[in-house]
Amino acid sequence: MPRPFISVEALGKAWPGQQPVFEELWFGVERGEIVCLLGHSGCGKTTVLNVLAGLEEPTSGGVLLDGREIAGPGLDRAVVFQGHALLPWLTAMGNVAFAVRSRWPSWRAAQVREHAQRYLDLVHLTGAEHKRPAELSGGMRQRVGIARALAVEPKVLLLDEPFSALDALTRGSLQDEVLRISAQTRQTIFLITHDVDEAVLLSDRIVLMTPGPRARVAEIVVNTLPRGRTRADVHRHPHYYRIRNHLLDFLVNRAREEPRPPAAAGALTPPLVRPGLEEVELPAAGV
Amino acid sequence: MPSTASRAAVLSAVLLSSLLLVWQLATLPSAGTGTAPVDPEYASLVGGAVSAGGRSAFPSPAEVGGKLWQHLREPFYDRGSNDKGIGIQLAWSLGRVALGFGLAALVAVPLGFLTGLSPLFRRALDPFIQVMKPISPLAWMPLALYTIKDSALSSIFVIFVCSVWPMLVNTAFGVSSVRREWLNVARTLQVSPWRRAFGVILPSAAPTILTGMRISAGIAWLVIVAAEMLVGGTGIGYFVWNEWNNLSLANILVGILLIGLVGMALDQALGALARRFSYPE
Repeated sequence: MPRPFISVEALGKAWPGQQPVFEELWFGVERGEIVCLLGHSGCGKTTVLNVLAGLEEPTSGGVLLDGREIAGPGLDRAVVFQGHALLPWLTAMGNVAFAVRSRWPSWRAAQVREHAQRYLDLVHLTGAEHKRPAELSGGMRQRVGIARALAVEPKVLLLDEPFSALDALTRGSLQDEVLRISAQTRQTIFLITHDVDEAVLLSDRIVLMTPGPRARVAEIVVNTLPRGRTRADVHRHPHYYRIRNHLLDFLVNRAREEPRPPAAAGALTPPLVRPGLEEVELPAAGV
Repeated sequence: MPSTASRAAVLSAVLLSSLLLVWQLATLPSAGTGTAPVDPEYASLVGGAVSAGGRSAFPSPAEVGGKLWQHLREPFYDRGSNDKGIGIQLAWSLGRVALGFGLAALVAVPLGFLTGLSPLFRRALDPFIQVMKPISPLAWMPLALYTIKDSALSSIFVIFVCSVWPMLVNTAFGVSSVRREWLNVARTLQVSPWRRAFGVILPSAAPTILTGMRISAGIAWLVIVAAEMLVGGTGIGYFVWNEWNNLSLANILVGILLIGLVGMALDQALGALARRFSYPE
């Protein structure tokens, strides 16, 4: 079986003197796919993302990206941080240009600006280039964060609960943005969320994590809604409530009642679930 | 309704004029006392000022204003070592402060930067800073005079010593409290250590570093007056001490007023600089 583009293999992380936050995580992300990691807060979702970003070392297992093991941060991956993490003394343009110059140190200033401008345009920030983060709204700041991440042309875009601090309307328009960019660029995206609707709207597959400590991948849910989902009509699809209920049911009821048997033969490939296409573990009331 | 700022200005003016009025009243010649009971020997030493009837020895606001005007009209004259214009004296003091402060910045900012980067170094250096900081810089004067053997350089050294600590402590604090997420941005972008230092850490710590500089400059301006009183020769501190020897209280008051105004200007200038480098989050 060929390895997926990103292959998370037996990943585990423990802080010294404590129970492992998570262990024996197995899952993969294919090229051009949007995969989302869904779980309760405290199950170590952000730590998984930080390991992928190279900001933290796993205590066991590892991650392969395009066949090579991830060791430390790299410009083949770009992170959109939860709290935007823009440098407040730089303008929107300055923040994006900072990333561009890091990626292509030999570029001339005009070339850097032009490249940065292209990505600011992509996230609809044309005209706000010279504003500092303090002068931008929360949604616009996160757009700059996305532009900064995309501008280095990474193989993988890592999003750490990127819209959790935004109001519902702004969150919606940014989700549309991510879908549009993904359709336009076929960018591989891995994102962390605790928002079921966000998971259903954005991702092709949803990795469900049990609560920590000793969190694991409970199952991987294939989004049975076809690509081309939009916020306006995703809820009209006949499978929408099946998959949504399945995820909610997991978060509210089933996540707590695990633990599942530890790493059996099935650990390598956590159970794959296709809500709507097959009636797996779906309570009748939920249909 | 006028703004708070303009009302405050009016109130300030009222306070100033009442202060001047009280001062004027307090220094009015006391009527009818005739010749003040002054030791004739003392009177002959200090000239007519004391024996001139019931007139107070303390100058009136008008006298001080007159002296101030006299000084400001010709600030840069030089008639020998004990009679220089007040502009020249202030320039000497400012020059010493600038030199001592500048040298201190050259040492404290890079050292504080490195200290801030290493928690180990920071802790190791902490006891030294804690002991050195509360030492009055003037206490170093005898040592400085003994080792440097030059009074002008010694006063610069004293300024250096008093300016170093606030800048060092603030730089280290500013550098060590750079937001972790900004450092993570630099890490994920694989920014070189050089760019990380000057593109992320320095701008992030700049407001704190400049606050340290502002504190240092304030202390330096306090200390230079005392140092020049000790060392003598030139400077606004020496001017005040010299006028005390001349028993010219009006000149002393002019000196005090100018020390305050120059100190305020220094602080405002550094405050404006700090605002230039501050960033809202």
